[in-house]
Amino acid sequence: MPQIAQLAETWSSQIFWLLVFFGITFFFIGRLMVPRVMETVALRDKQIGDDLAAAQAARDAADEREEAWRARENENRAAAQALIAKAKSDAALANEKKLAEAQARLDARLSEAEQRIAASRDEAMGEIQTVAAEAAQDIVQRLAGIKVTKPTANKAVKEAMIHG
Amino acid sequence: MHQFTIEPLAGTENWELAGFNIAFTNSALWMLITVVVLGIFVAGGMRRQVVPGRWQMMVESFTGFIDDMLEANIGKAGRKYVPYVFSLFMFILFANVLGLLPLGVVGLHPFTFTSHFTVTGILAVISFTIVLAVGFWKHGFHFFSLFVPHGTPWPMIPIIAPIELISFMVRPFSLALRLFVAMMAGHVLLEVLSSFVISGGNAGPLYGVAIGIPSMVLMIAICALELLVAGIQAYVFALLTSLYINDAENLH
Repeated sequence: MPQIAQLAETWSSQIFWLLVFFGITFFFIGRLMVPRVMETVALRDKQIGDDLAAAQAARDAADEREEAWRARENENRAAAQALIAKAKSDAALANEKKLAEAQARLDARLSEAEQRIAASRDEAMGEIQTVAAEAAQDIVQRLAGIKVTKPTANKAVKEAMIHG
Repeated sequence: MHQFTIEPLAGTENWELAGFNIAFTNSALWMLITVVVLGIFVAGGMRRQVVPGRWQMMVESFTGFIDDMLEANIGKAGRKYVPYVFSLFMFILFANVLGLLPLGVVGLHPFTFTSHFTVTGILAVISFTIVLAVGFWKHGFHFFSLFVPHGTPWPMIPIIAPIELISFMVRPFSLALRLFVAMMAGHVLLEVLSSFVISGGNAGPLYGVAIGIPSMVLMIAICALELLVAGIQAYVFALLTSLYINDAENLH
């Protein structure tokens, strides 16, 4: 076994060269190069983390904006609904008013017409009475030869007309 | 066993530093190759693109793997050990895998330096030293309370504490021996099986078919297993190191 057989003559050289080359490995590769490699990894991880955070923030902002839009939309819708309702009620009110006005006008005309009718009827009645009184005076004069005065005739006619 | 032999390269066997021999051996050469290949691999992951390519993705998955392991075992404080544990894991992993490469086909001799306990021992000692340093630096002498598990009844302390101390002191040995034994055993097994194929073939056509083919099939399967072991042993070394650092960092 050369490891033991050659121990006495080679141990110092083995130790020396191992320290030299492992020292090179440690100081140049381990201390200089590895931290840079790991720095790159950390940088990449950080960038990925940042990108993810930015994406998350953007998503949150989008959500927020959507929420705001939704609120505004709801508001607008409510406003529109209110406008429509107001217009409806306004229209209904105006209609009612117009209808009432028309009704009033119609009523007025109706009552005016009724009055007119009543007046013409009264007038006609009066005329009939007069005519009937004159006729009665005439009839009485011709039949009985009695001259009846106009008020008496009138009275009699009136009584007859009332009692039918 | 020739594959584990350390040979000084290009007349460097007499190089010395403060009286100690520091010959540039095939073991040192494969450490150099490991460092270069690992450096190229990690450098390919430093393009710093936001959308990573395949190579960058691969390197990042390794650093992420170590980072996750340390965070799971130690917590947030574990991040500062990423450079060390990453270096340890990748160095061992690349050494194991490079040592398994079938370069013998083109005449090169791969050398798995993690199959030498001098190497795994030093790595274990470094890990253990870090554990001790972190433990004493963070907790001072309170670190010794590691040897008294939480909730131990006081009459048991004189018995439990030495057991805990021994299990603590055994850690670097188990760490070093596990890797060394796993790598060495795997390579020896492959060598034994391949020698069956060659010896069977040399002994005649009948032996070649009866012994060589099953051995070859088994060897292919064990090659896959060895690749797995190469990864697992590197992982176990890194994982245990992180667990030991957790003991020092968090003290139960």
